[in-house]
Amino acid sequence: MARMIHAPLIGEEIAGLRAGDSVLLTGTIYTGRDAAHKRLCALVKEGKPLPFDVRGQVIYYAGPCPAKPGDPIGSCGPTTSYRMDAYAPTLCDLGLIGMIGKGPRSEAVMQAIRRNHGVYFAATGGAGALIASCVRAARVIAFDDLGTEAIRELRVESLPLIVAIDAQGGNLYEEGPARYRR
Amino acid sequence: MREIDVARVEETVRALFLSACCEIGADVLGLLERRLEEEESPFGCEVLRQLIENDRLAAREQRPICQDTGMAVIFMDVGQDVHFVGGDVNEAIEQGVRRAYRDGCFRASVLTPLTRVNTGDNTPAIVHMRIVPGERVTLTAAPKGFGSENMSRLWMLTPAQGVEGVKDCIVETVRLAGGNPCPPVVVGVGIGGTAERAMLMAKHSLTRECGEPSLDPMLAQMEQELLGRINDLGIGPQGLGGRVTALAVHIEQAPTHIAGLPVAVNMQCHAARHKTAVI
Repeated sequence: MARMIHAPLIGEEIAGLRAGDSVLLTGTIYTGRDAAHKRLCALVKEGKPLPFDVRGQVIYYAGPCPAKPGDPIGSCGPTTSYRMDAYAPTLCDLGLIGMIGKGPRSEAVMQAIRRNHGVYFAATGGAGALIASCVRAARVIAFDDLGTEAIRELRVESLPLIVAIDAQGGNLYEEGPARYRR
Repeated sequence: MREIDVARVEETVRALFLSACCEIGADVLGLLERRLEEEESPFGCEVLRQLIENDRLAAREQRPICQDTGMAVIFMDVGQDVHFVGGDVNEAIEQGVRRAYRDGCFRASVLTPLTRVNTGDNTPAIVHMRIVPGERVTLTAAPKGFGSENMSRLWMLTPAQGVEGVKDCIVETVRLAGGNPCPPVVVGVGIGGTAERAMLMAKHSLTRECGEPSLDPMLAQMEQELLGRINDLGIGPQGLGGRVTALAVHIEQAPTHIAGLPVAVNMQCHAARHKTAVI
C-alpha cells in the first residue's frame, strides 16, 4: 500500500521512509537536469542567490516534451540520475531534501543524503505519458533559454515513486538485484 | 529507372517518426506482457504494469511514450534504379524530422557537443544510407534515447578471447549498465567488421522485430544463452531487482580482420521504437 507524502518535504513526514517503500507524492516540485544543475552550482560557487530556495524542496531530474495545446506539460518521465551526481551533494548541503530520478547514485550522493537526512526516489523511466497525467500545472521559473532543460515548478498529484535510497544507508539498487541474482 | 519526388521521402520520414515516438510495436508490448507473468519481484511487476499502461496510454492519446524522443536515427535502403527528383533528398529527410518533432510536440534533444547549443528542431538526423538492387526505397525510423545509448560499449577483443570472451563482454556491458538504461532492455550486438561497422551492426540489429531470433542458427543459440545469463544478473525492471532484465538479445556478425575481434553492444531501453515504410 503506497503511502501519501507531500512536497515540500517536512522532516517528520519523511523520517520514516525506507528504501523499498512505495509512495504517492503530491505538492510542488522542481525540474532540473544536466544544464540547470551546472548553472545552479556555478551560482553557488559565485556566492549568488539561487532562482528558488532549495531548502526542504524536491528536484525532479526531468526534461519534458513540449505541452500539447490545452495540456500543462508533455511527456515527462525521469532522466538517468548519475549525470547529476557531480552537483547533487552541493544542493543537498544547502538543504535540498528530495531527488527524483532513475538509476543508481554515487557514494558521494549517498553520503550527502545520509548527512542531510534526505531521500532519493525512483520514478519509472520510460513512463513519460503516464507520469505527465500526474502533473496538474507547470511553469518555467528559471533558465528559460535552456528549453526543455529549464527549471520548471510542477504541481503534481499522486506521483507514484519508490524510495530507492534512504538516509539510513538503505539502497534498493544494491538490495533489489542481490535478491534475484543467480 | 524510377523517379521519386523527395517530397514523398520527407512525408514518409515525418509520418514514421510521428508514429514511432507514440506507438510502441506489438512486438515489444507483447514481450512486456509475457514477461510480466514471469516476473517474481513485486517492484518488477509494478514497473512492468506501469510500462504497459504507459504504452497503451501513449498510443491511445498520441503522446510520446517517453519524453526522450531521441535522436532521429534512420536506416534508408535506396534501390539503385531510383532517381530522386524535386530537390535534395538529404534536406528532405531533415525536413521530415523537423516537421515530425514540431507537429508531434516531441522534445528537441539535439545540441552541439562542446558548446551545448540546442539546434531547436532535433536535427540533424543520423542517416545510414545503403544502395541496394531494385527501384524501391525502404525507410526505417528508429528514434534513440540516450539513457540507453550512454550505456553502449565497444570492445576490441583479441582473437584468443574467442566466443566465450565475446559472450562475457556482452553480459558485462549489461551488468555495468545496471539500472541506468531503463531495463528491461534490448541488447543489440555487432560482432566483427571494423570498430564502426561493429557498432552499426549493433544498432541495426535493434530494428529487427523484438525477440525474433537471428536467421543464423549459431547466433540464434547465442542470443538465447545470453538472454538467460543476462536475466540471471537480477538487475530487473528499472534496476530495482527482478528476473526480467532484458527482453531480447539481437546479434549480427560480419567478417573481420585476422588480428581482431570487435564486439559492439548498443543498449536499447524498453521503449524499443522503430517503424518501417517502403516507397
